Amino acid sequence: MQLEYFKLIDRITDLNVGEKTITAEAQVPEKNTIFEGHFPGYPIMPGVLLIEAMAQTSGWLLIALTKFERMPFLGAVKEAKMRGFVSPGELLKITASIVHEGSGFAITSAKVTVGGELRSSATITFPHVPFPHPDLRVHMDAMAKRIGFPRELIAHD
Amino acid sequence: MSSTFDQIANIIAETCDIPRDTITPESHAIDDLGIDSLDFLDIAFAIDKAFGIKLPLEKWTQEVNDGKATTEQYFVLKNLAARIDELVAAKGASA
Repeated sequence: MQLEYFKLIDRITDLNVGEKTITAEAQVPEKNTIFEGHFPGYPIMPGVLLIEAMAQTSGWLLIALTKFERMPFLGAVKEAKMRGFVSPGELLKITASIVHEGSGFAITSAKVTVGGELRSSATITFPHVPFPHPDLRVHMDAMAKRIGFPRELIAHD
Repeated sequence: MSSTFDQIANIIAETCDIPRDTITPESHAIDDLGIDSLDFLDIAFAIDKAFGIKLPLEKWTQEVNDGKATTEQYFVLKNLAARIDELVAAKGASA
């Protein structure tokens, strides 16, 4: 987890295009300035970052389903629930599945668990568009390599 | 069985918290009801589910942007209902 760069996902551990599901892992750092403020003496991972982790995991699923030709952007978060605290040093398992694939948008259902215990869940809507800038596509391609996005799912022109 | 327009109007009323009696067949979803693009995704989701179709929002938007269609053709509710009926009929024909 590179909190400073807002890159929350460390690795994709499973991506099933047929089932339209994804599982990713993210290691919460032991130390980070965020924990100095949130909260002094009682550090916990901010809920908005758990939502972002679910959004990024969902995003990689949508990128796979659109054959790496479209970029999803966060549109709406519904039913976001913070069910338990996440502490520094914990390993997050983040799963997402498709609720609906519309024209130019998709809705996912995502969960964060730690050691099998549900800590957060949300339903997330993403408009998606063809990559709006070639640099972004290059960046996402590099990210894909770093986090173990299956290479065979990347369409190259 | 309620009409396609009635189903759409009910979806819009529920999804966007708009009084049902202000929604008429002549209402323009964007210009009259003030529904923005993100809210319209919720409506599209509900319509897709209710009718078992996939509203081709991207194609419609492209046609409007290219000047090949007007927003009225797709977003005045009586016209939206007609487009949905066409999509449902096309789906039935290809099934």
